[in-house]
Amino acid sequence: MTTQTLTLAKALGAGLRRAMTDDPTVMVLGEDIGRLGGVYRVTDGLQAEFGPRRVVDTPLAESGILGTAIGLAYRGYRPVVEIQFDGFVYVAFDQIVSQLAKMHARTRGAVKLPVTIRIPVAGGIGAAEHHSESPEAYFVHTAGLRVVSVATPQDAATVLRQAIACDDPVIFFEPKRRYHVKGEVDPDLPLDDAPPMGTARVVAPGEDVTLVTFGSHVATALDAAVAASDEGVSVEVIDLRSLSPVDHDTIAASVRRTGRLVVVHEGPRQAGVGAEIATSVTERCFEYLEAPPVRVTGYDIPYPPAKLEGNQVPDLDRVLDGVDRVLGRVSASGATAGTAGAEVGA
Amino acid sequence: MPSTMGSTSRDDLSRAGGARTETASGTTDGTHAGSTDEGRNGGPNSTAAGTGDGTVRLLDEKGVRHPDPALDRWLTDVDDGTDAARATLLGLYEDMVVARRIDAEATALQRQGELALWPPLQGQEAAQVGSATALRDDDFVFSSYREHAVARKRGVSPVDLLRVWRGVTASGWDPYAVNMATPQVIIGAQALHGVGYALGIQADVERGVVVPGADGTPAVVAYVGDGAMSQGDVNEAFVFAATWQVPYVLFCQNNQWAISEPVALQSPVPLVRRASGFGVPGVRVDGNDVLAVLAVTREALHRARTGGGPTFVEAVTYRMGPHTTADDPTRYRDAAELDAWAERDPIARLAAYLRTDGRLTDDDEARVRSRADAVAAELRAGVVLIEDPPPLSVFDHVYAEPHRTVAAERAEHAAYLAGFADATAEPNTGTTTGTTTGTTTSGEGADR
Repeated sequence: MTTQTLTLAKALGAGLRRAMTDDPTVMVLGEDIGRLGGVYRVTDGLQAEFGPRRVVDTPLAESGILGTAIGLAYRGYRPVVEIQFDGFVYVAFDQIVSQLAKMHARTRGAVKLPVTIRIPVAGGIGAAEHHSESPEAYFVHTAGLRVVSVATPQDAATVLRQAIACDDPVIFFEPKRRYHVKGEVDPDLPLDDAPPMGTARVVAPGEDVTLVTFGSHVATALDAAVAASDEGVSVEVIDLRSLSPVDHDTIAASVRRTGRLVVVHEGPRQAGVGAEIATSVTERCFEYLEAPPVRVTGYDIPYPPAKLEGNQVPDLDRVLDGVDRVLGRVSASGATAGTAGAEVGA
Repeated sequence: MPSTMGSTSRDDLSRAGGARTETASGTTDGTHAGSTDEGRNGGPNSTAAGTGDGTVRLLDEKGVRHPDPALDRWLTDVDDGTDAARATLLGLYEDMVVARRIDAEATALQRQGELALWPPLQGQEAAQVGSATALRDDDFVFSSYREHAVARKRGVSPVDLLRVWRGVTASGWDPYAVNMATPQVIIGAQALHGVGYALGIQADVERGVVVPGADGTPAVVAYVGDGAMSQGDVNEAFVFAATWQVPYVLFCQNNQWAISEPVALQSPVPLVRRASGFGVPGVRVDGNDVLAVLAVTREALHRARTGGGPTFVEAVTYRMGPHTTADDPTRYRDAAELDAWAERDPIARLAAYLRTDGRLTDDDEARVRSRADAVAAELRAGVVLIEDPPPLSVFDHVYAEPHRTVAAERAEHAAYLAGFADATAEPNTGTTTGTTTGTTTSGEGADR
């Protein structure tokens, strides 16, 4: 095992390289992924190494890219599709939801479509319109898809390889804000030695509050755990890693100890991942709960212009505010857990 | 002249000027050298090969075969006067007659409550049988939902053809068993799947996984209709196929109607003209002339197999029946239009051709009719015996690999069903509780 210090973006590239080396049926398709190496340089050098037949610059049509990937998978390939930005994936919605997700079921197992869709996701980077979306709930709501979101360079490399190796289609979210965060990575880690793709991970142990999040907000949650400990509050942070399926057992085990749940994500609140987790925890752990679950999320509004995005993206203070509320402390908004009406009025 | 705009009558056809094979540059591509329509009679009742409007036709509506120096080379096996040629022609005839008979039986089964729905193909037999006859076993087809004659030609049994329409499954067959994908309901989505599959063939050749024979590589035919020509996916399929020059034929059955919308609502110009702007050769063929369809599809497939890239075929035909058994076409189209198209019937046309020199006898006709009736009887007997799948099979194959949410929901529903007093005695609840991939073992439901 040899580790390297890699950014999350470079770790993704290393994972792709390893997957392409291991399996000649792995192909990469997307816009600007060849000579440019992708707008985030994730595929940097891959076309030079594997050739334009395996690292394919496509015409600018996301539905076309997805439909083509489905046909390639029909023929026995394992396409990895790069959607350039989160807000561009909607153009391919039918091909993902009606075609990719359902094919295995509708052919009763005859046709497997191991397509991985990489999507740079979420905001906080001062981007232009349609470049800061958090569309995960659409895909979590779609049977037949697996949805993952990585938060660390090592997960970037290994979960991407797991997604490519998986016989199901996988939506693979990459947190844009964390592309340049560095970490120790073994790109060749045997997949059997890595945690399974569908599992959550406790990334900071704690006793008072369970803080569940994913993607770019894992770092925010860890910061919140440190800040809370200064005030004597012990926060357990869980990196969800898989948004579909959700690892309810890991979450429930934590909440049964802490009695309090805060879910943090950037996507809109209504019918979001947090709604699913809060409900599931309530169903499974009701008698253990000391307070109603709290959601710290993006609001149900269009993603704001860059100068205003701080109002939408949960930051350290909003996460700590959520922790205060679940503890019954008066928060900045004057709300406590269970007084959502006050929050609406705030 | 019917007032409805969808009619491909004389006026409509006459708008399609220019060369028969429209290429990227807008000129003939040489394969049809000398076959432009100068001096020929135009219109749908033309007795010449071709129609004067760029539409390829080899059998006119009276069943007279007109030679065509460019296309006849694709029909030597049906033209050489041998017993084998006659057998091939009679095979085309039988395939069309049987397809129509299956179609009629399916419509009846729907009326009798045995099918939930049926989209009839009547009128489109030549377009489907002619094109599907041009295919090799190792080619792959992506179709829409009306390509029953294509599916049968690929080897799908008539009973399997009807499973979807009985409402017991989303796919009547294993696509890899017949090299034809599950029919597509979303309009035009399959056009892109065909491009991707063809890109995979290209990659296979490059990797040495597929070694092209003398007849070239496998190819893909994607079937769409005139309505699909407005879909983004079909237009993107043109773009991607042209960019990558994949072995691909986009075969459009222009049957004039997308439910109630006439083709003029999709395009002010003949659909074939779309192709040239994408850099794809396009050919317009009389879709009710099985020989012309066979010839142009063979030519397009040859181009695909030998590195010539994609081709667009517009087969001009007509949907004689409703869109589906739930549709009422009398609300939107004239009887006169139907009568005009009945005069161009694809089966009657081939029969007239084969009867002129005794290649189709009364005995042959009786034999084919009896064969069609036998298929219909077999179909009916099989369809009414199709049982509803067990309830828990709805959880089968949602994912290829184990999935805890689906497993939990399966267990939940099994427990719910078991809560009914008589449910435990109900064999249809299945024995797959708690698994994720299912163990459906009845016939084609088995896991691969």
